[in-house]
Order: sequence, then C-alpha cells, then structure tokens
Amino acid sequence: MRRKLVVIGNGMAGCRAVEELLARAPDGFDIAIFGAEPRVNYNRIMLSPVLAGEKTYEDIVINGRDWYEGNGITLHAGDPIVTVDRAGRTVTTASGHVERYDLLLLATGSSPFILPVPGKDLAGIVTFRDMDDVEMMLAAARTGRHAVVIGGGLLGLEAANGLNLNGMAVTVIHLADTLMERQLDEAAGVLLQKELEGRGVRILTGAHTERYLGDGRVRAVRLKDGTEIPADIVVVAAGIRPNVALARAAGLTVERGIVVDDLMHSSDPAIFAVGECVEHRGVTYGLVAPLWEMCRAFAAGLAAGDTAGYQGSILSTRLKVTGVDVFSAGDFSAGPDKEDIVLRDARRGVYKRLIVSGDRLAGAILYGDARDGAWYFQLLKDGASIADIRDTMIFGQSLAGAAMQPTDAVAALPDDAEICGCNGVSKGVITAAITEHGLTDLAGVRAHTKASGSCGSCTGLVEQLLALSLGEDYEAATGPKPLCPCTDKTHDDVRRLIIAHELRAIPDVMQHLGWTTPDGCAACRPALNYYLLCAWPGVYRDDRQSRFINERAHGNIQKDGTFSVVPRMWGGVTNPRELRAIADVAEEFAIPAVKVTGGQRIDLLGVKKEDLPAVWDRLNAAGMVSGHAYGKALRTVKTCVGSQWCRFGTQDSTSLGIALERMAWGSWMPHKFKMAVSGCPRNCAEATIKDFGVVCVDSGFELHVGGNGGMKVRATDFLARVETETQVLEYAAAFIQLYRETGHYLERTAPWLERLGIAFVKARIVEDAAARQAYRERFLLSQTVMQRDPWQERDTAEFKQLETV
Amino acid sequence: MTTENWIAVCGLDDIPRLGARRVMLSGIPVALFRTGADRLFAIEDRCPHKGGPLSQGIVHGNAVACPLHNWVIDLEAAEARAPDRGCVRRLPVRLEGGTVLLDAGAVLVQAAE
Repeated sequence: MRRKLVVIGNGMAGCRAVEELLARAPDGFDIAIFGAEPRVNYNRIMLSPVLAGEKTYEDIVINGRDWYEGNGITLHAGDPIVTVDRAGRTVTTASGHVERYDLLLLATGSSPFILPVPGKDLAGIVTFRDMDDVEMMLAAARTGRHAVVIGGGLLGLEAANGLNLNGMAVTVIHLADTLMERQLDEAAGVLLQKELEGRGVRILTGAHTERYLGDGRVRAVRLKDGTEIPADIVVVAAGIRPNVALARAAGLTVERGIVVDDLMHSSDPAIFAVGECVEHRGVTYGLVAPLWEMCRAFAAGLAAGDTAGYQGSILSTRLKVTGVDVFSAGDFSAGPDKEDIVLRDARRGVYKRLIVSGDRLAGAILYGDARDGAWYFQLLKDGASIADIRDTMIFGQSLAGAAMQPTDAVAALPDDAEICGCNGVSKGVITAAITEHGLTDLAGVRAHTKASGSCGSCTGLVEQLLALSLGEDYEAATGPKPLCPCTDKTHDDVRRLIIAHELRAIPDVMQHLGWTTPDGCAACRPALNYYLLCAWPGVYRDDRQSRFINERAHGNIQKDGTFSVVPRMWGGVTNPRELRAIADVAEEFAIPAVKVTGGQRIDLLGVKKEDLPAVWDRLNAAGMVSGHAYGKALRTVKTCVGSQWCRFGTQDSTSLGIALERMAWGSWMPHKFKMAVSGCPRNCAEATIKDFGVVCVDSGFELHVGGNGGMKVRATDFLARVETETQVLEYAAAFIQLYRETGHYLERTAPWLERLGIAFVKARIVEDAAARQAYRERFLLSQTVMQRDPWQERDTAEFKQLETV
Repeated sequence: MTTENWIAVCGLDDIPRLGARRVMLSGIPVALFRTGADRLFAIEDRCPHKGGPLSQGIVHGNAVACPLHNWVIDLEAAEARAPDRGCVRRLPVRLEGGTVLLDAGAVLVQAAE
C-alpha cells in the first residue's frame, strides 16, 4: 500500500520537495498538499519583476492545476492546517477537515518581521511576501504618491525599485549604515545607494523608525530623529521569521526554526521539514538555493535511501533590479587567513572584490559587472584550487589563466584603442605625442593630450605607454606627492575630483579614485572627511571614525591619556560668573591643573575621558561652549583692550575680535586657525603672527594673513587696508573660505600662502569684489550648518563606558 | 597554568566599525578593536612607544594609529609597523552571536609571566 504523505505549505519548498520525490518514486506516495493562499504554486522570488511590471502573475506560476491533477495530488488551497495530532497521525484544517498521514512534511515557510512600533496595525502597511502584497502595492501606486519602504536589504530594495517604476516617490528607511550590509561590503553598498538615488529613490541610512502616523490609514512614518516622511503606503521588508507555531504546538523541537537533521527529519521521525521554516546545524535560510538543496536531500533520503543528506549551503545573492548588476557569494568577512583581490573601474562603475583563503576562493562581491558571478560561485562551492589562476581571476573567466605582463596587454592594444575615456584620447595619439614632443613623464602627456587629466583612472595605462615608448629611460613620475600611500592622487586631484564627480562619501571617493586599501589610513581618512565636509556643507555626514581622537572627544589628548577642556571666551573676555563655573567644575572633578593659554583662554588639564560630558554639562549651564582648542578649526581670536581702555587705542579691537569670533567659530579648516585684533600698531595682540590678523590704525584696519608662531615663525603678509568693521568681517570670511577650499589638509596658512603666493590670494580677495562676495557667501552658508556646539552632542557612544570585568 | 575563562564584555554593536572601546579586564586595560571588515582584536591598551591609549586611535585595515605620536600598530602581528619597532600584547577574543568574549584566563597567564 502506498504511504500517505501530507505536505503543509503550498509554496516553493513544499512543491519542490514533492517534485523531487515524484522524480525518484513516481508511484510511491499518496500525496495531499495544504496551502494557506487560495492559489496554485508560484515563484515567490519573481514577485519583484511582477511589481516592476516586467512579468505577470501567469508568468511566474510554477505548477498549474494540471500538475496537481496529473500527478494525483490533492490540493487544499486556502484552507490552512491549524493542528497536528502526532499520536493519532492526523492534521486538521481551519474548516475542520481532518486528514490522516503516514509521513508529514512541514514547509510552512517564514513570515515578514513586523516592527513592533506604534501604529503597526494601520491600513496601508504591507509586507512584500505574496501576490496579495503586490496587488496592494500596485493599487496604492494608482491612487497615492508617496511610498516608504522599511528595510534596505534585497527585498526592500526590489520593492522600492518596483514602486519607483510605478511612479511613486519612494523613501527607503534603513537601520544599518549601508544598504544590503549582509551581502555587500561598504564600498559596494555605497555604489548601490548612489545608483538607486540616481533613479530617484530617496535613501535614509542609519535611520530608526519610531512610529507610524495616521488615523485608520497610514499617513506618514516618523523617525527617531523626528523626521516625518509622508506615506500612502508602507512596505515593511525588515527581515523574516520562520513560521514555527504549528510545529511548536505539536511539541517538535524548535529553536529559531524547526530543528532538522541532514535528512530533514524533525524530532519526530514521521515528520520532516524543509525550507525557510527549518533550522539546520544552527542556521536558518531566507534564500531559494538552500531550499532546492534541502528538497533534494529530503527526497533522496526518503525515496532512494540516500543518506548523504543536506550539508548546509554556501549562499549567493543577486539583486533583481533591472540595470543594476549586483552579486554576492560566500563569506566576505576578513580573517587572519583571508586576502582580498580588488578591482575598481570607476568609469565603468565596476567594483569587484574576491576574498581568498589559502588556495581557495572564500567569497565574492561583484558590482556593476556580475557576468562572472556564476563562475566564481562554482569555484567557491567546489572549493577548487585557484593557485594557477589567482593572478588573473579578478578579470573573469575568459581572461583567467592567460597570464600576461601588465605591459603586454597595453602593447597588444590597437592604435585606435581608447585609453582616456573622459577626454577621448586613443593609444595612437598618446604614443605619437610622446615621440613628437619628447615627453618623458605623466605631466607632459597630460599637458599635450589631456589623457589621464580628468578622472585619472587611466593613469596606470598612460604610465605603461610611457614605459613601452621610452623603455629604460622612463622612470615613474616624480611630480607632486600623493596624498598618502593609499593613492597616487594628490591633495589637489582629490579635492577637484570630489566636486567634479560629486563624490559624497569616503568609500565613494576611494572607489572612484582607485584607493589601494579597503578603508584608507590614518592620514587620508581625516583628510577625506574634511574635504567632503568642506565640499558639501549640510549634505555630507561627518564620519566620526575618520576623525582624530581630539575631534571625537572634543578635547586635547594629553600624554597620560587624559584630556584638556577649554571653554570658548569670546575675544578673550570673561566675567565672574564664567570664572566661578570654571572654578566649580575644576573642584568638582578634581581637575589637577588650570592654566591660562597663549590664546587668552583657560585650560582645564587632566580631565578623565569619562568625565568630559559632565564637565561640559556644567560649563554649558554657565553659558559657555567648546573652544575648539583641540581641532583643525577656528581656535581663538586674541585681542587687546583697544580704544575702550587703552590710551593708545585707535579702534574698539575687543568688540571687533568678538565679532570675528562669533562669525567664524565652529568652522572646520585644513588646520588650526588663529586670529588676533590689535588696537594700534604697537600690536599687543601679536596679530602679525596669526593666520588672519587685524591691526587697527586711525584711518581704519590693516589686514595681515598667513603668519604663525610654531616651529618655523612666519610673519604675515599684508593683504589690504579697509575702512570699516563690516569690511574686516567680509574680508575675513572670504579669506577663510579661500583657505578652506584650497588648503591641503594639515597645511597651515603659512605654507599654504608660500605655495600659492600672496598674489593668488589678493587676486581673489582684494582685486575681485565679486569673487570676494562669492567666497564670503559660501563661508556663511557653510557656517549655518557648522556652528553647533560639539559639547551638546553628549549622548554619543564615544563616552559610553564598558563595564569593568 | 590556568584554563580558558571566556567572559562576555560587550555586544559587537557597542564597538563602532573602524573604532574601538576600552575595557578593564582583571585590572588590565584592554582595547577592543573592530575593523571595517568586522574583525575583532583585543590588545593591551598601551602603545609600546610611550604608553599611549591605542583604543583612542584611528583604525584602518588591520591596524591602529596611536593617538599620541602616530605609531602604527599592526593588530594582526601585534607589533609596530616599520620604521618603528615594538610589540603589544594580543589577547584571545571571539564573537558569539552578537556578544564579544575575552579570555580572562589568558590575561592572568600573561600577567603572571
């Protein structure tokens, strides 16, 4: 007699298991399938193309009614099983139908994780799991305008893309800092974000959903930071949970999923489980490939007595968004025995990273060109040795194995092959220019042909052409020094290209400009952070981990690891209330040293890091803010007492100093920046060794720039004489912005001025009134977002103490 | 001689990516580093140069730059990168679920040596 097999779940796993079984034992079982959805079996992973309008429901049906009938399978669609009686070996449906079984297969799948936030039961909040969800989304797109997708993983992004194609304004809210962080590294995640943003999808990373707003029907989503995003529909794609309620009620062993062995047995030998509802060797899966492998192991074991069983899966994913090529497989976490092979091609928008462990491939991330995904995945699954193809495998299957010298490839190119895509320069033009003009270096080629002068991604090729043409005469360029060993780009190149290519994040810069390290070094990261901050005020999000500790802790680290705290004293002026607060805080926290600084401020030295937030709190309460005495920023404006008190004073230097400080505080600079205002030419405030110094005279104000004390004293150059305080402020703002925009990171105004010359500065700040206005306006615009007291941001993790153990 | 004694010190999320946290373990300051690729390293929080708190430095690749004088310490090799020379103590650390565990046993052994 044929054994009775009851399958709970008419989804992809349940039906695939039955197909595998029928292939091995066509007449072995009497089969009944119970499904909760009133439909035949369809391909759930193709819901994205249905939403995007690229496929219809009919296109994605796997097994139509005829398949069930032809194989003698009874389908109970739309009547879910509610109880399992293991002792009596029966199942009961919601409608009361009872079915006996010899063997039971659980393929109950998973359910979307619902965020437990207020308003979660409002109408218009859907998941992206089945055809009903897709139909609701399509209906919303016909009447509404705004869609919010919660979750920037695979499914969420596919939903966002689909809704976007349906004409909705879509915002993706993602908790992590980069998209698809489980499948992609940061570099690929940022590229993907940029691509989707280019398509009009708004993406908020590091965003926490606080609640849904609406009356009966959802109207908006509110984030923890208070942002409200209008929403006619909300799609929640924040992960899945295995459906285990039925199994748990039946008394089977359940952890995160239904626990199974290699042959897919649950803790009851008569009951099997496959798909997203199971937990195998401690792992649950949410992708389709493992499910196929489980079904194969289940059927082979049951029908053919094959005990090889399921061994767990190596995963690969591919994003189903037309025109976006993303592939990820295996393990991309680093490890002591792991090595990276990275290829970046900015012009083609390609990023490939292979993770190698010994002679084996351990993982692969492909962005922009995923043609070789299947090949890499096969190498990965087979555990094949890659020793022979390691040098070339990053270029893909077609090139791997054909090992070549780097110059061989360039030599083999025809003369009309394009070398520089930005300027359309061919190999022939470059080699002709080298011979004709006797060029010997990169700068010469750039000057004569423009090749490699724009994005710079072809620099290596141009150098190889030089090497080919000149043979041993060619030595690699000895031109301007690169920013750091992670790149061949200079500071100026990097700043120019950040603007030209609208690069808005550090990984973005590293990708486009071909950084050779995964996350830079302690020299380039703070520089890039500053350059981005300066280029995109209010848009760029400051990267704390790329700042030196002083700028993270808003204090100057001392040799014993403690910090100094310097409150701002505008123009060096204080009062009894501030002094009392400083005295109180020094006593309360047993601060060992209190000293007056060279810049007319009071320094509290030896403050423990964990005390910093409380110290600031007390000083804030007395009306004081951070003095930025630790930062590459405006430090101090030193003043003398001026005409208000001094018998020689010609102008009110103190008030002018305060006005300058009020205007410029909070601004990040390439290096520290100091100002001073002296009330007469006796120059008591030492204005002529400051970055920007003012010396008051009877007829107005002399402006001096580019001075510093320090290891190499440099007196200022004279910039201009102006008549009013308003003009002083105007010139100061413009000068600071010129320095901010053209200074190299960690270059003070003194070497900067020697590099560019005072004529360069005068031409922009003194002689061209329109340029001066433009610099000033850019500075003031930047200040609208920069002038935040860093002491106010106290709830950051930086100061959170770990418990002592 | 002592046996392994794994102690939970924090969650992975308590350490920022490309960042570090300091924890006191049996009286010894330990810097826990999390790299850009989510690798964890535990190193005694003391630069071999002038004793600077490495936990406060900028993390890049598998290295950290000391905040005092910019020595670059290779976390994997547990020593300073050329041209500087000096070793640091690396301690056993592992991740279980989202929890970071340190081997207090190893700390005691090394402290006794």
